[in-house]
Amino acid sequence: MTLGLQPEAGPARMPASVGDLSAHAGPPPALLFDHVSVRFGAYTAVSDSSLHVGDGEFVSIVGPTGCGKSTLLNVAAGLLEPSEGDICVYGRSLEGINADAGYLFQADALMPWRTALSNVITGLEYAGTERKAAERLGNEWLARVGLSGHGERFPHEMSGGMRKRVALAQTLIRDPKIVLMDEPFSALDVQTRVLMENELLQLWTTYRKSVLFITHDLEEAISLSDRVIILSAGPSTHPIAEFRIDLPRPRDVAEIRMTPRFVELYHQIWDAMKEEVLKAYERNQRKLAD
Amino acid sequence: MSEISANLRTDAVIADRSTSSRTAARPQRRPRRRPMPGPIVLTALQAALFAALLVAWYALVRAKVLPVFFFGDPVLVFQQIVSWFVTGEIFVHLATTLIETLLAFLLGVASGIGIGLWLGLSPLTAALFDPYIKALNAMPRVILGPIFIVWFGLGIGSKVALGVTLVFFVVFFNVFQGVREVNPVILANSRMLGANRRQLLTTVYIPSALSWVFSSLHMSVGMAFVGAVVGEYLGSARGVGYLILQAEATFDVNAVFAGIIVLTVFALVLDLAVTLVERRLIVGKPKS
Repeated sequence: MTLGLQPEAGPARMPASVGDLSAHAGPPPALLFDHVSVRFGAYTAVSDSSLHVGDGEFVSIVGPTGCGKSTLLNVAAGLLEPSEGDICVYGRSLEGINADAGYLFQADALMPWRTALSNVITGLEYAGTERKAAERLGNEWLARVGLSGHGERFPHEMSGGMRKRVALAQTLIRDPKIVLMDEPFSALDVQTRVLMENELLQLWTTYRKSVLFITHDLEEAISLSDRVIILSAGPSTHPIAEFRIDLPRPRDVAEIRMTPRFVELYHQIWDAMKEEVLKAYERNQRKLAD
Repeated sequence: MSEISANLRTDAVIADRSTSSRTAARPQRRPRRRPMPGPIVLTALQAALFAALLVAWYALVRAKVLPVFFFGDPVLVFQQIVSWFVTGEIFVHLATTLIETLLAFLLGVASGIGIGLWLGLSPLTAALFDPYIKALNAMPRVILGPIFIVWFGLGIGSKVALGVTLVFFVVFFNVFQGVREVNPVILANSRMLGANRRQLLTTVYIPSALSWVFSSLHMSVGMAFVGAVVGEYLGSARGVGYLILQAEATFDVNAVFAGIIVLTVFALVLDLAVTLVERRLIVGKPKS
């Protein structure tokens, strides 16, 4: 057991839901949530959550809306400090911003006063990379996300899909070992979304980042991931089940959804989360009634 | 102008309503809109309106309906303006007012940005200064004019000081707001991309605050201009405000009107210059 090497995360403290750690014998996981709780005043957003993302693994977290998925991601990014518990990045306890991680936000995070190229190389600029080299790399990345020749455009001159591509290039150009994604494609139309998902998979296959992907869309989660983790309805969100997705790779996001194994997995996972979705729905209805 | 045309349209709609209610027997009839004239026709109409006002002014004064002593004579006003420019007398005054306006604008913007950033980034200091800033902003700044004359003399110093107090608050509140309302997602994104505190300031806070400053450029320049002219009017030896002050002292109402017209044209030119600068500076923002 690798985790035995870490003084703060002994195997005895691992809950049953993270039971298949044996699959990760060897290097420590890229990301490990160790009994993490997050409270905002009296409100408990996340309660006693333990989960991990292996090195080079694509893990999705699915849960009903408003269940605190983004809170989990912010904790992993180091933007939010957990009230209890610990985050370990490659075996080291996280303090401050997670420098190994890139974060793709749900909302538009590009600087509206910078061009696409200038946005893409922002991270390199922060790191003090020489301007010429940064721009060369920036143009390479723009080409990689299908935006060559659009470097001089400002965000308001681009479509939602193009802005997401710029954001993706902006995150990946720094070569982070971990990529955190918070429903990055939820604002896109269905066709653009499938395109982006396929491109994301291609990039992931090429660069093998460890990905923690948050979504409320179960189909998206299954078609992209190695593993899908289901969260309970909030408050006091915690993982309630996880499923290994044994669909063959490379995958085509649109086609894989037609395969019998996909449908089978979908039903299994949906059965597990249906109850939580109903709980969240009822709570929303009650809120509206009040 | 657009407001006026909007009003015209509302009038037209109201007129249509009243006709359609009278012709209720034919409910099928669509209310007709009066078509907007083209831009050239509109400009011609605006010029015609101006000419009509001048003629009315002239006629009323000549017919002695309006006493010429109080209302002046448009012909004499025009002659006064021409003579100012022909003799070159006006240029030193225009230059003085322009320099005062520019200095007040630059100093006001610089101090507004500096202090706006400082207070915006430091909530404790902002809370400490809050009542004082509110009080200073509520105070009619023009009453500071006499004090500035005592402090800085009759030269451009006192006018610039007055202009700065006016420009400062416009810029300060915009920067303060801009810093406070920096998009939290952009901020978080920059932190994830590895920005340190100084880099956050230069690449997120300042550009974000500047876009607010640009949106208030017209108002800042206008305020600087008001400060300069009012300062001159309160006591000076040069400037267009000084010209008006002199004319008033000798009951030369034609020269007062001439000064007012020169100032108005000056303000319009200044506003046009700001518009041109703005087009160059504001990038990456949709025109809204």
